[in-house]
Amino acid sequence: MKFGVIVFPGSNRDHDAFYAAANILGQKAELIWHDATSLGDLDAVILPGGFAYGDYLRCGAIAKFSPIMKAVKKFAADGGQVLGICNGFQILVEAGLLPGALIRNRGLKFICREVQLRPGTTDSPFTCAARKDRTYRVPIAHGEGCYFADERTLDELDTEDRVAFRYVGNPNGSLRDIAGILSRERNVMGMMPHPEDAIEPLMGSSDGLVVFQSLLSAAVRA
Amino acid sequence: MSAAAITPDLIAQHQITPGEYQKIVSILGREPNYTELGIFSVMWSEHCSYKSSRLHLKKLPTRGKLVVQGPGENAGIIDIGGGYVIAFKIESHNHPSFIEPFQGAATGVGGILRDIFTMGARPIAVMDSLRFGRLEGTPNAARNRRILGGVVSGIAHYGNCFGVPTVGGECVFESCYDGNPLVNVFALGVCRKEDVFYAKAAGVGNPVIYVGARTGRDGIHGASMASAEFTEESKQKRPNVQVGDPFMEKLLLEACIEAMHTGAVVGIQDMGAAGLTCSTCEMGSRGEVGIEIELDRVPQRETGMTPYEIMLSESQERMLLVADKGREEEVFAVFRKWGLEAVEIGTVTNDGKLRVKQHGLVVAEIPNRELADEAPLYDRPHSEPLRRVPMNPRPYTCPDVSSALLQLLASGDLCSKRYIWEQYDYLVRSSTVAGPGADAAIIRIKETGTSVAMSLDGNGRYCYLSPREGAMLAVAESCRNLSTVGAQPVAATNCLNFGNPERPEIMAQLVEAIEGMADACRFFDTPITGGNVSLYNETLGEGIYPTPVIGIVGLMKTVQPTGIAFRAPGRSVVLLGGVGDNDETRFGSTQYAKVVLNQLWGLPPRLDLDREKRLQSAIREIVNAGLAESAHDLSDGGLAVALAECSFGGVGARIDLDSDMPPERLLFHEGPSRVLLSTEHVERVTAIATKHGIEAPVVGVTIEIEIEVSQRSKRLGLWGIAELKTAYEQALEAHVR
Repeated sequence: MKFGVIVFPGSNRDHDAFYAAANILGQKAELIWHDATSLGDLDAVILPGGFAYGDYLRCGAIAKFSPIMKAVKKFAADGGQVLGICNGFQILVEAGLLPGALIRNRGLKFICREVQLRPGTTDSPFTCAARKDRTYRVPIAHGEGCYFADERTLDELDTEDRVAFRYVGNPNGSLRDIAGILSRERNVMGMMPHPEDAIEPLMGSSDGLVVFQSLLSAAVRA
Repeated sequence: MSAAAITPDLIAQHQITPGEYQKIVSILGREPNYTELGIFSVMWSEHCSYKSSRLHLKKLPTRGKLVVQGPGENAGIIDIGGGYVIAFKIESHNHPSFIEPFQGAATGVGGILRDIFTMGARPIAVMDSLRFGRLEGTPNAARNRRILGGVVSGIAHYGNCFGVPTVGGECVFESCYDGNPLVNVFALGVCRKEDVFYAKAAGVGNPVIYVGARTGRDGIHGASMASAEFTEESKQKRPNVQVGDPFMEKLLLEACIEAMHTGAVVGIQDMGAAGLTCSTCEMGSRGEVGIEIELDRVPQRETGMTPYEIMLSESQERMLLVADKGREEEVFAVFRKWGLEAVEIGTVTNDGKLRVKQHGLVVAEIPNRELADEAPLYDRPHSEPLRRVPMNPRPYTCPDVSSALLQLLASGDLCSKRYIWEQYDYLVRSSTVAGPGADAAIIRIKETGTSVAMSLDGNGRYCYLSPREGAMLAVAESCRNLSTVGAQPVAATNCLNFGNPERPEIMAQLVEAIEGMADACRFFDTPITGGNVSLYNETLGEGIYPTPVIGIVGLMKTVQPTGIAFRAPGRSVVLLGGVGDNDETRFGSTQYAKVVLNQLWGLPPRLDLDREKRLQSAIREIVNAGLAESAHDLSDGGLAVALAECSFGGVGARIDLDSDMPPERLLFHEGPSRVLLSTEHVERVTAIATKHGIEAPVVGVTIEIEIEVSQRSKRLGLWGIAELKTAYEQALEAHVR
C-alpha cells in the first residue's frame, strides 16, 4: 500500500504520520508538498495535524485553497481513501469534503491528553479492523476540536452510520461526542484524535494502529 | 540620519556609565553618533554582555569528553553517539513576560528555538521553569493569576503551533515573584554531527543575507529593558515587547535546515536580543572579519525607520546568514519555496568592522571585536548574601500528619500542574517516551535508538537560605531525576535569575550560587555548555529570591520507561537511601515549613555529594537492570508527598518506618539522596544498593486504594488515594479561577 502525506506550510505532524505509515506499518510513503497539483500513484492520502498557514484565520480556511486540494478532491471523488487527522480534519471540513465545523474547545483551552474512543461503525476502510465492544486509547492535541453541526446533519450522520469514533468522556464539547466522521461514500474520514501518536507501546498506547490496520486490510480486500 | 546630540543625559538614558562612554570614545577614536551609541548600549547591556557575571561564570566547568561545543555559541552541543549530537540551552524571558505575559512568554519560546535551529539542529523538546507570585491571599493575586494564564497560553500558542513538544518543567509560587515572574525556557534539538552550523562569518566578499520576517519598531531596547529594575513606569515599556509569529518561525526552521543542506551556507545566526546589531557584530567577531550592510535593503514593515531603529529592533523570526559567493541562488530558491523573504543586505569585508550604511552613506562604523567581545567587565563588590530570616523558628505546633499531607498536596508548589501542561502539546513528533509528571522527561531519538532524558530544577527558597548549598542541591536533584529514570547525566545548561548585582549582598548571592553550581557540576561531571544570566529582577526595590535554574540532560537506551506509579499490590516498597537525617535547622526550608507552618528559617537540607553520587549510581543500575517496577525520587514535600505521588495510579502502600525523628520531620523533611521504589526483586535491589554503600530498607508493601504510614508500628496516618488525588489534581485549577 502506498501512502501520501500532504505537507502544508505549518503542518507539524506530517512526520508522525509518515513514520507510522513507513516505519511502523512498513508501507511505502511519501511527503507531498502543498503546491503539487497531482498526487501520483497512491492508495491513501493523509492530511496531517499542525497549523496549516498558521491557522490565524479559521483553522483550515486557507489550506483549502492550496493547489494540492484540487487533486485531493479529485482523488476522493474517484474513490481514493483520504484521512484527515486533527488539522487535516479541519481542512477537510473547510474544503467541503466532510460536513459540519470544528470550533473552539468548550473550555476555550488547548488540550493535550489521552482519551478513550469507541468506534461508531466498523463499516468503513478506516475502522473495519476495530471492535465496537471495546474502547481505544488515543491522544488528542487541539484547541479547536469541538465538532459542531446542525441537528439535521447530526441526524444524517447517525442514520447513515457515518460516525467513525465517539469520545467516552467528552473532552471538548463535541456534539453527540463525535470524534471522527465519514463522508457519504465512506472513503473520506476526519478525526481529531491522533492515531499516529499511539502506535507503539513506547508511546503509552498502540491502540491507534487500528486505523492503519483497517486501511491495510481494506486494501487487501479491495 | 538622526542628528541627536550626544549629551550626558542621552548617555545616561542608554544606561551607559561615564566610564563606559570613555571606553567607547577610545575604541572609536572619536565621539559616537546616536546610532552608534544605541548599538553600544545594547551590546554592552547586562543582558548581552554579562558584564557583572562574566568574571564568575569563568568558574563553571565547560569541558567534557562529550562536549562538542561549550558556551559562546547559540547553544551547547553534546555528542550522543551514533553520529548524532544534541544542541540545548535555557534562556530567560522574565522582564517581557511581566510586562506582556502572553507575547513575552511566546517570544521567549521563539527565541530559544531559533538558538537551537541556528546550530543546524531540529528542536525536539521544550521545558519551562516558571515562577509566579502567590495566586491567593495577596492583593496582587488577581494580577498573578492573569500573568500565569498569559504566560501558559503564550508558551502553548508558540510551541504547539511550531510543532515542538513541551515535555516538562516546574512551576513555583512565592511572594517574592509578585512583581517579577520568572519565565525560563529550555529547548533541545538534534542533528547529525556533520550538520552542525556555527554563527561565524567567513570569506571576504561573501554575501550577507537577511531572511524571515520584516523589521519593525517592536522590541527596540528590549535587551536594555531586561537589564534594569522595574519601576512604576515599566508598564510604559510594553512597546518594547515583541510579538511572536510561530508559523513564520516554523517556516524559518524548515527553510533554514533545507538551506543548510545545500552546502551553500557558511554561517548563520538568529536575530534575538539586540537584533541586527548583535547578529552582525557577533558573526563578524567570531570569524575575525568585517561586515558591511546597507539598511535600505533590509526588509521593513514600516516606513521612515531610522538607522537607530532598524539596528536595535527586536522584531522576531529573523535570521542572518552568510552564503558562499556564487551560490546565493541556491539559498534564495529554498527560501522562495517556503514563501520567505531572503535579501542580500551586505558583504563580508576584511577590515574587522561593522559598517552600516543607509542611502549609501555610512551611519555607523565600529570594530566588531571590541563591540562584541570587549564589553566592560565588572568585579562588583560582594559581601554576605542577603538573608533576612532567622536560624531558628518561632514556636510552632504541628497539626496531625493526615491533614498536613492533604494541605501540602493541594498547595501551589506541590499540586498537580496538569492544568498547565495539558495546554501544551507534549506528544507532537511521536517521540515522547515520558512527558510531564515524570521525574525526568524522556525523548527518544528515532535515528539512533537512544533516548535523551532532561530535567529542570531550581529552588529559590533553598538558595535564599544558602545560595551555595541551594545551587548544589539543584544540580543534585536534577541529576537524581535523570538517574531515577535510568539516564546517565552528561551535560547542563543554567539560567541564573537574580536581583540587582550593584547591591553587594545580591552580588554575593550570585557569586556563591555560581560557585556552588560549579562545584556540583564538576562533581557530577555535567559540564555547563551554555546558559543565560538574568539580573535586575527587582520591582520597586524588592528583589526575588536568588533563583539559579539548572537544566541537565542525560543519555539512556530507548526502553519502556519505569514510571513513578506503583503498578501492582503485593510488591515490596524500598526506600533507597533510607529515612535520612534532618535537624530542626534544616527543616525550616521545607514545603512543610512554608505551607503548614507559614515560616521560613534555618538552612536548606544537608547534601553529601559523595553519598548522592553513590545513590544515583545505585538507582541507575537498579532501573536499568529492570528490577524496579516504579521509582520516584524524594524532593519537595519529602517522603509523604512522594509516597502519595507514587499512589496516584490507584495502588497505594502500607509502610512502617524505623526512626526516632518527630513524625512531621520523618514524613516531610526534604533530605536529598533518596528514592522510593517498588520491586519484586528485593534481594537483587539490596545487593546493588549495598555494593554502592547505600542503605535500602524495605519499608513496606504495596496495597490497594489506600496509604497507611506507621512509625515503629504506631500508625501515623491512613489516607484513601482518591481523597489525596482529588486534593492534588483539583488545587491549581481552583487557585487559577
